[in-house]
Amino acid sequence: MSDLEYKVIVGLEIHVQLATRTKMFCSCELGFGQEPNTSVCPVCLGMPGSLPVMNKQAFEYSVMAGLALNCNIPSFTKWDRKSYYYPDLPKNYQISQYDLPMSEHGYIEIPLEDGSTKKIRILRAHLEEDAGKNTHTLGNFTAVDLNRAGTPLLEIVTEPDLSSGAEVKALAVELQRIVRYLGVSEADMQKGHMRFEPNVNLHITRGGQLYKTPISEVKNLNSFRALEGSVTYEAARQLDEFLETGITMESGNKRTYGWDDENNRTVLQREKEEAHDYRYFPDPDLVPVVMTPEWLDDIRSRLCEMPLAMEKRFVTEYGLSEYDAGVITSEKATADLFDNAVKAGADPKRVCNILTQTGAKLAKDKECSVAELGVNSENLTALAKMIDDGDVGASAAAQVFELMVETGDTPGQVAEKHNLIQKSDASEIESLVDAVLADNAQAVEQVQAGGKKSKKARGFIMGQVMQRSKGQANPKVVNQILAKKLG
Amino acid sequence: MANEILNLTCKQLRDQIADGTVKSTKAVEAVFAQIEKAEPKIKAFLRTHKEEAMQKAADIDEKIANGDKVGSLAGVPIAVKDNICTSFSKTTCASKILEDFEAPYDAHVIEQLNAADAIIIGKCNLDEFAMGSSTENSGLQQTVNPWDADRVPGGSSGGSAAAVAGRMAFGSLGSDTGGSIRQPASFCGVVGLKPTYGRVSRYGLVAYGSSLDQIGPFTRNVEDAALMMNVIAGHDGRDSTSVTEKDAPVPDYTADIDKPIEGLKIGIVPRFNEGASDEVGKAVKASLDTYKSLGAEIVEIDMPYFDYAVATYYVIATAEASSNLARFDGVHYGHRTADPHDYVEVYSKSRDEAFGDEVKRRIMLGTYALSSGYYDAYYLKASKVRNLIRQDYTKAFEKVDCIMMPVSPTTAFKFGEKTDDPMQMYLADIYTIAANLAGVPGISVPCGFDSQNLPVGLQIFTPAFSEERLLRIARMYEKENDHNIVMPPLAK
Repeated sequence: MSDLEYKVIVGLEIHVQLATRTKMFCSCELGFGQEPNTSVCPVCLGMPGSLPVMNKQAFEYSVMAGLALNCNIPSFTKWDRKSYYYPDLPKNYQISQYDLPMSEHGYIEIPLEDGSTKKIRILRAHLEEDAGKNTHTLGNFTAVDLNRAGTPLLEIVTEPDLSSGAEVKALAVELQRIVRYLGVSEADMQKGHMRFEPNVNLHITRGGQLYKTPISEVKNLNSFRALEGSVTYEAARQLDEFLETGITMESGNKRTYGWDDENNRTVLQREKEEAHDYRYFPDPDLVPVVMTPEWLDDIRSRLCEMPLAMEKRFVTEYGLSEYDAGVITSEKATADLFDNAVKAGADPKRVCNILTQTGAKLAKDKECSVAELGVNSENLTALAKMIDDGDVGASAAAQVFELMVETGDTPGQVAEKHNLIQKSDASEIESLVDAVLADNAQAVEQVQAGGKKSKKARGFIMGQVMQRSKGQANPKVVNQILAKKLG
Repeated sequence: MANEILNLTCKQLRDQIADGTVKSTKAVEAVFAQIEKAEPKIKAFLRTHKEEAMQKAADIDEKIANGDKVGSLAGVPIAVKDNICTSFSKTTCASKILEDFEAPYDAHVIEQLNAADAIIIGKCNLDEFAMGSSTENSGLQQTVNPWDADRVPGGSSGGSAAAVAGRMAFGSLGSDTGGSIRQPASFCGVVGLKPTYGRVSRYGLVAYGSSLDQIGPFTRNVEDAALMMNVIAGHDGRDSTSVTEKDAPVPDYTADIDKPIEGLKIGIVPRFNEGASDEVGKAVKASLDTYKSLGAEIVEIDMPYFDYAVATYYVIATAEASSNLARFDGVHYGHRTADPHDYVEVYSKSRDEAFGDEVKRRIMLGTYALSSGYYDAYYLKASKVRNLIRQDYTKAFEKVDCIMMPVSPTTAFKFGEKTDDPMQMYLADIYTIAANLAGVPGISVPCGFDSQNLPVGLQIFTPAFSEERLLRIARMYEKENDHNIVMPPLAK
């Protein structure tokens, strides 16, 4: 057994729901949680005589995603019908893309825990319409809700380049960040905007020989936790299975699993893969899409800096820690807020601290993102500068930030109004200090005597000065004056 | 009086209604009187809508009396093939599976007819889901040829053709996937036009072969076909295969219809006439002579891939049909079997019970052609041949203005004559099918009668989006004869 080594091999299929206002082939609004069958029309119901018309926005969103995933965007792409009978599929075929997808051969760079990155190849990404939803709550009947039918989905297929649950999760997180940066998907997992299907197996080397375990496909995962957990679990399960049975991959023993969220394990759904014949053929109701160079350029011009690039830039150019850069770039609006504040002259670490500490805490209380707190970059820059200039102290700065969020006022206005401006005027502070020293001769003595009590006495004097200044004296200046006077 | 009205063309009736000479209500009454008389023999309609038609006619009459602006077919009774969705009535496709289907919307062409103030009087019989060449495949009733009760009206738009021939409508709409307008037009002695693919929106036409289907008019003469085209042609954003005004503007098809084409060059493929019956061949030849006498030049051309059209068609059309008809499953639309054992049986038994033999045959053919391992050999190969057939037309049109040939190898055949042999039936469409594969427009114009007094049709093709030219060429011939004035025996 000791000579056994293995690699985990994972490929992912990901469905990303696009954030268009309307469906893929009709003008019904996309929605979530509406009454069943209220956002439907003859087209998405597949009524006799109805015809699909492509949603241009959905196509452009997919191209944006394709470009961000470093894919090749062909100049010609077409629509195909994928046939199967199912109650939630109104036409009994799904409009999809088969042999000529709208993007292919790209890669996504994912951050690894050791700070390096890894390129995962993307085989293809294509557009298709979603099916409806069957529910089984009516006893002997199945109820069908077709609100979701026709929702535009981008299906992304990776090569089997992933090698652990952690990597798979990293890809999912990175992809979520990318599509949100692009604004092409809300990527809300709870609403099923991103659904994952990992294909997992092991390449085991034993006694100099390579064994491949049967591939498991885990269906329809919609949380990072489930995704990572299922891959980790499958890898362990397959290793156990191999050690026990020696079973290896043959044609036809690919298996389908579900994920049991309560018990954190995969559950076998089908042992034998049904022999599907989808009878793909070009959809004659839809004209092919010809991507002109002008159109592609126009779409390309709508791209933004990608999150990982931004994250790296914040580390190398702004000197943020990798951890901070990751936190700041988890969401585009926050990253932009930060970036703009820094570009306007604020100290990067100072802004980062405001956002990741005070901002993050406040955002958590308010159940929103940092950017959604509503502080603009000008005010952020101003606050950072006030801290740098000693105009507000650290604890006051937090208060100022909170008040900025509440009132929308500038930090200057807020600090002024609430007497949070720190006083650095040496002569003013000196007179304060003199008064305190005069009133506390005993403490002064203790300080000057040195020894055990000296430090404590100095702290006491300091506290008295701050108290008399109502907290507005710049502690640095107070210290300087005390040092001068007390030695 | 009634008969006088029935003998008017669409255009004459339209003009007389517009200037108040004839009331639309009178025209609708005349049509329904004729329906009462002839329909029991012909059975062209699956449903008629007299009350709604009378109401609408009264509204039009009132508008005209008030001097209000009305549409270009104001008050004219029109019939529609029952695979075109109408919100006011069922759309059955003459199939048991859709026997009770009521579309919640109007097809684009219905909206256009309504906008033109036409009066839709009823829905016409057809071969189930437009699959057939005789209307014998209707799942609901049998339509007969107005010229001979023993003979088929042609198909699949047999009801629409028979309604116009039987003087029960002044015009009608059909759909043409492989000849389904032109062939019944020729069998029934009326004009039938299949427009260029993309010229008329298919929105609301229950699809058979999506890449081949096209809606077009039946009328008693060519000028009326132009009038109908003015109403139904044009871009529709709901059909992505519908061509935009920018790419192909819609002219006024009636404007220059009476201007003959100078120096007309007619392409003929000599061997095609040999494939037709003697009498059909003779009638077609005589019409070519008419053109010659009008100054046209006959040019012999070759269309080498034409022979593969029927085979190509039956792969492509059935492949598309197998997919288009998948939605009729007992779950979503149509008849559901009474007591299914499990959910797979809901599908299989519902479909088994309600689809007719021909529809099943074509679904099976198409499913086979698309299935993995056969796709390349059939569907893909057929798509390639389709391109070659397109090139046949393109090359021919480099030399000639139009191509002429028979519509069908024979005149209307008898009921049952070909039903036992699907291949014989399929070959009845040999002259019409290629135009659907190529997408070019074609028209069938009555060009005489055979010895049994059955109408013969002359078929004319022109390049894509040149319906204006096509209509003018057809009109040149029509002005030289009066075949279309003759009333068929069953209409009397």
